[in-house]
Amino acid sequence: MRNEIYLDNSATTPVAEEVVQAMEPYWTIQYGNPSSPHLRGVAAENTLNACRKQIGAFLQVDPSSLYFTASGTEANNLALQGVANIPYFLRNPGHIITTPIEHPSVLKVINHLEERGWSVSYLKVNEFGQVDANQLATLLKPDTKIVSVMLVNNELGSIAPVQEIGRIIEQENRERQHKIVFHVDAVQALGHLPLRIPELKVHLCSFSGHKIFGPKGIGLLYVDRQVPLRPILFGGDQESGLRPGTENLPAIVGLTKAVQLVTENLEENLRQLQNLRQALIDGINTIPNSRINSPQEGAPHLLNASFPGVRGEVLVHFLEQKRIFVAMGAACSSKKKGVSHVLESIGLLQDELMSAIRFSLAPTITLDQIQYVVYSLKETVEEIRNICV
Amino acid sequence: MYPLLLVRYGELSLKGRNRKTFEDLLLTNMRSRLADLPHGRITKTFGRIYLETKGNWAALAQRLQGVFGIVSVSPVLKRELDLDQIKEGAALVIQDTPGQTFKVEARRPNKAFPLTSPELCNALGGHLLRNFPHLKVDVHNPDFVLNVEIRQEGAFLYSQVIPCLGGLPAGSSGKGLLLLSGGIDSPVAGFLSMKRGVTIEGLHFYSYPFTSERSKAKVVDLATRLAAYNAKGSFKLWIAYFTEIQKALQKTSYPTLSITLMRRFMLRIATQLAEREQALALITGDSLGQVASQTMESIHVINAVTTTPVFRPLIGMDKQEIIDVAYKIGTYETSIQPYDDCCTVFVPKNPATRPRLDQVLEAERELDVEGLVSEAIAKTELVQLKA
Repeated sequence: MRNEIYLDNSATTPVAEEVVQAMEPYWTIQYGNPSSPHLRGVAAENTLNACRKQIGAFLQVDPSSLYFTASGTEANNLALQGVANIPYFLRNPGHIITTPIEHPSVLKVINHLEERGWSVSYLKVNEFGQVDANQLATLLKPDTKIVSVMLVNNELGSIAPVQEIGRIIEQENRERQHKIVFHVDAVQALGHLPLRIPELKVHLCSFSGHKIFGPKGIGLLYVDRQVPLRPILFGGDQESGLRPGTENLPAIVGLTKAVQLVTENLEENLRQLQNLRQALIDGINTIPNSRINSPQEGAPHLLNASFPGVRGEVLVHFLEQKRIFVAMGAACSSKKKGVSHVLESIGLLQDELMSAIRFSLAPTITLDQIQYVVYSLKETVEEIRNICV
Repeated sequence: MYPLLLVRYGELSLKGRNRKTFEDLLLTNMRSRLADLPHGRITKTFGRIYLETKGNWAALAQRLQGVFGIVSVSPVLKRELDLDQIKEGAALVIQDTPGQTFKVEARRPNKAFPLTSPELCNALGGHLLRNFPHLKVDVHNPDFVLNVEIRQEGAFLYSQVIPCLGGLPAGSSGKGLLLLSGGIDSPVAGFLSMKRGVTIEGLHFYSYPFTSERSKAKVVDLATRLAAYNAKGSFKLWIAYFTEIQKALQKTSYPTLSITLMRRFMLRIATQLAEREQALALITGDSLGQVASQTMESIHVINAVTTTPVFRPLIGMDKQEIIDVAYKIGTYETSIQPYDDCCTVFVPKNPATRPRLDQVLEAERELDVEGLVSEAIAKTELVQLKA
């Protein structure tokens, strides 16, 4: 572990030691089902309520507006399909506005809703994957029912003007009988920028545990109580019937701890991440014929760059031999199938697409390690360019 | 319902003096493929094999459909040598067989049975026509044939004929070395060679870090699927270290020839390994004209590095025909996983479709061919696989 440098934290993070410790009793000692009437069940229910309350406090929202899901993907599905399942919309599919750079767990749900009669418009993004909030007004239609925008893009780190979009929707809703529901995928945002849901004016907001040093298998959806969201899974009464299934208490406890850690250490973490990212940018800029694809003012943990002439996949495998783990920015093969829709929509050239690499940082990384990464990167890019003329 | 499976192995019985060897090999292979399924005795009589099913006939029949050398199997019902019992059995078999027209064929090696074969046919035909109004007799082109055999042990009745792979028993033809990429074609080429009794070992050219660990896992998966058709279900997979050769090829001043040169390296390594492993032929997935390296000119120039026979079982097959076989043998899904092998990572923009031997020899003068080949062979690893 010590001698490896893991720069793929946007794929998943290792679980923080404190989180593991917090979860530990809930496997074998506090194993109860919150729905059980006996003391074991009551204890579990108390823990569940306490967790919800704590996360509510960290996110500055009413705890009863938080619903635990099994993943960020499920939270996004519940948000969008949950609106589409509202009886009025089952009869009268409406219009959705989103961006072309959303996560597949949003885009594919929207494709599915199109099959069910919804229509879709996409906000344009610029060459850095940034959205202009003023565009929204031109796309709004009388039957616009959902706007879904990702706060921090998972491939580029670009940050959407969610607060402005929220304000525009709030104004628009004053005149409307059927309100527009505003959904934000904040999976990559939590822990990487100051996040206050009330200021964002969102109605639905998705989160995930394993991107913030929490466990896998846990997600979270904030639901403004004005939105009469419908379940997409059917079963018991857990999570007010909106998300049936026995609560994954160990993971919920882990998520709570993880949210606590990233919230309490936010300022310190941001400072560290910004320093690391800047060092990485400066380093990459010294590599000839390289290109930073992320915006300068992007999320502090994410950086996407291309090294034309070097296939992303090959670079990943060369770097892994040096115990440096990064993500491929785009495709694993020349087949169209694997090409990143995000990088395509910001207009990268073929050569830049095929050579894109994503670095995603963690506050535990050191500047020395980044220096080593830059050194290795430079050497490797040169080596591969020499081999593959 | 069926206590016996009748196993037919047509072509084998034509093999003159070798016949016994082939039959024994087939029996051994059957026993090995069926080892983990409950079954009874396997006996060989008059050019056929009978397998006692112990009530497990469908699973056994399915397994035998993957054993080379078997042409078809039939589930067989057994009755006492008594006409009423034979009639009752015939009705059961008919109920289990789809079709509207039929005929009865009887054989009577046991001459002690009172009815002659034609008499038995008449008796059974009449009985069935009375009991199954939807049936008609058609002696020329029936939907199915009800077979009755009167033997010492009893009357055997069957009508279903389940087609199997045919071919020759695994291990009856010597050893071949299959050049196994991760693609669709080479596993099919291996399968078709195995069909003719060839025992296969695999050779994969591994170019990590230009390709990923997953591309190796994919080849291991493909080889494991092929292993089921080898005698004893075992498979030797050789992973040749190809990285240095790839690097050297990227620097050649003849970039359009790099694929031709790469293929020649592969065949050289395969030839030396085959010699060491006492394999008598190399097997490739070439299909004529499919890609630049599979034109006649390319094959001619590539083949020039070896005197070992190179089998190309797919040479006359279209892509769709190859895919159909890959699908049938369960390699297709693995082959289409998107992990690149060395053939896809290094494809030049305009590979030569008509390479000339003199140009290729000229290009190889830049390279330390022998050194690179010896290094690749020295660093080759063996992965021993079991089906």
